[in-house]
Amino acid sequence: MTDTMHGELEKRLSEAYPLGFVTEIEQETVPPGLNEDIIRLISAKKNEPAFLLEWRLAAFRHWLTLREPGWASVHHPPIDYQAIRYYAAPKTGARPKDLSEVDPALLATYEKLGIPLQERAALAGVAVDAVFDSVSVATTFKDKLASLGIIFCSFSEAVREHPELVQRYLGSVVPPTDNFFAALNAAVFTDGSFVYVPKGVRCPMELSTYFRINARSTGQFERTLIIADEGASVSYLEGCSAPMRDENQLHAAVVELVAERDARIKYSTVQNWYPGDAEGRGGIYNFVTKRGDCRGARSHISWTQVETGSAITWKYPSCILRGDDSVGEFYSVALTNHRQQADTGTKMIHIGRNTRSTIVSKGISAGHGSNAYRGLVKVLPGALGARNYTQCDSLLMSATCAAHTFPTIEVREPGATVEHEATTSRIGEDQLFYLRSRGLTAEDAVNLIVNGFCKEVFKELPMEFAVEAQKLLAVSLEGAIG
Amino acid sequence: MLNIENLHVSVGDKPILRGIDLVVGAGEVHAIMGPNGSGKSTLANVLAGREGYTVTAGRVTYLGRDLLSMTPEERAWAGIFLAFQYPLEIPGVSNVQLLRTALNGIRRQRGESELDTMDFLDSVKAKLAALGMDESFLYRAVNVGFSGGEKKRNEMLQMAVLEPRLAILDETDSGLDIDALKVVANGVNALKSPERAFILVTHYQRLLDYVVPDHVHVLAGGRIVRSGDATLARELEARGYGWLVPEAANEVRP
Repeated sequence: MTDTMHGELEKRLSEAYPLGFVTEIEQETVPPGLNEDIIRLISAKKNEPAFLLEWRLAAFRHWLTLREPGWASVHHPPIDYQAIRYYAAPKTGARPKDLSEVDPALLATYEKLGIPLQERAALAGVAVDAVFDSVSVATTFKDKLASLGIIFCSFSEAVREHPELVQRYLGSVVPPTDNFFAALNAAVFTDGSFVYVPKGVRCPMELSTYFRINARSTGQFERTLIIADEGASVSYLEGCSAPMRDENQLHAAVVELVAERDARIKYSTVQNWYPGDAEGRGGIYNFVTKRGDCRGARSHISWTQVETGSAITWKYPSCILRGDDSVGEFYSVALTNHRQQADTGTKMIHIGRNTRSTIVSKGISAGHGSNAYRGLVKVLPGALGARNYTQCDSLLMSATCAAHTFPTIEVREPGATVEHEATTSRIGEDQLFYLRSRGLTAEDAVNLIVNGFCKEVFKELPMEFAVEAQKLLAVSLEGAIG
Repeated sequence: MLNIENLHVSVGDKPILRGIDLVVGAGEVHAIMGPNGSGKSTLANVLAGREGYTVTAGRVTYLGRDLLSMTPEERAWAGIFLAFQYPLEIPGVSNVQLLRTALNGIRRQRGESELDTMDFLDSVKAKLAALGMDESFLYRAVNVGFSGGEKKRNEMLQMAVLEPRLAILDETDSGLDIDALKVVANGVNALKSPERAFILVTHYQRLLDYVVPDHVHVLAGGRIVRSGDATLARELEARGYGWLVPEAANEVRP
């Protein structure tokens, strides 16, 4: 590409990260380091029942036997797990009962992030759980949801108020022994969201969680558990951001989804953790395990993710298609610019009969970004009539970026149908000139091309968030085109 | 409107245009003809601002402005339109989305108000009908899976919607059957007006059966070797370029 276009793209990609501010607030933290005493301390701070402390300790002991995985196509200096603080919370005393008791500095923070927590100001039709470092600071529309029997609260509150549900489902999709980061999360997880939608109830509003990392030298280890009981349906969205810092911060979350018979869960992510600067200093390490279990017949789980932030992204939102006729979907846009690295994809495990899965992955690489799609489609014996369709497209925006695809297909049922399509294209100087000669600025031309490339994924997002995702992509690509 | 003086253009080290002089006035239709490799498309692309060409000498003024210092989008805002020889595909972007983004972008630059969706659609649909195109065109991704003829019609639609002051058609007629050729000709004829000028770059004379040019120029070896009126085009059709090109090769410029 020519120098002028390079210059234009570089300029657009290097735009500032507008969410990178720090909230000055008194924090309560634990000393850095990870050992059984720290885990006991976290558990005690949260007044947890004995079963949960034992669960954490067992996970920690297992974690000690594991080594950090090295197979992903990402590179970073070794992480010192003893240098991280595993708990940080705003010092506000007891958990506020309602918004009037929430520290105004926190409310202002979310306001600034575009997530007003006052229900009158809130986005119509969206309930929000706001997680600040290790704790949930507020959850909106709880009462309205409770009238339908829907539980939407912080994980800590669920542990106190609904221990039987937590005990029944926790770790049933992602067991503490699943992998290195899942074991770490199980040992030290602090907060996150909990959703239970009872039999036959369709949740009337979008549920969402906004995760904010604020404190220095801390990690965020949230855990989210969503259960849609028989015939229930729910749409959930998470967003996230963090201050700009020159240190790397670890975010190792676990998300478990359970869909019973005829239930439907739609889970959307707009991930905008601080990506680090143009030279790759700082940024979040986003090492996340997300999995959904289509437990019952005709259940349906759909993952949609727009990943623009983080220095490193390592996540594979997956579906276990256990129930007959169950459906799993994965729609992903992953953008890496500057020195960002992403290794992301999905696993679709077909167990039940006539199970169907769809994978649409769109990787955009710019600057020196590295983007890998890693996917597994596995059809077990007996999954008669299983079908998968995979489409995996990469768009390259510079000569220095990289895109890889690692699709694995394991079919052990002869009656299954698996289709895989993949394309790689470069954003063309000719395409840009064509659009500019129609009066679009170079910036608008790039946005139009990129949005066209991502269209199949954006149409899966709830309307308000599709618009946000487009804007986010535009900001993340500021100066990126080269 | 357009004034080209002694324009020299190279691609890499290779000179392609070697001293073009051309004056195009408002309301005029100029045809640039010539054999393959004579520099016709280079001229069209340089006027629209495509990168990859080095202007080594000469100047171009358009409506009193220095055209060569303007970016491609600035030229579009000032009313220049290039119909591409090979229109590009933009997957996932519908025609209607591109047309609306382009038109409103240009209107914004000119300090005009943006059209709302209904007004915009009404106006575009009228133009589709005039070009004999189906409405379904609007909702297809830009040029994706279009036949050669459909792509050229689409260029005419864009031209009709953007209403340029100076439209340059780069071999828009090549590879078209007679029906598609008539669509292109109708597109030009419908837009002809005293304020608007056209430069038709073409290898063949047949488009000129339907759009009668005021001036015909023969480009060979990077220079205009002959200019005339519409009768020159017919002469070329009958005799080919052979009788002119040796003349071009032997021509001595002061």
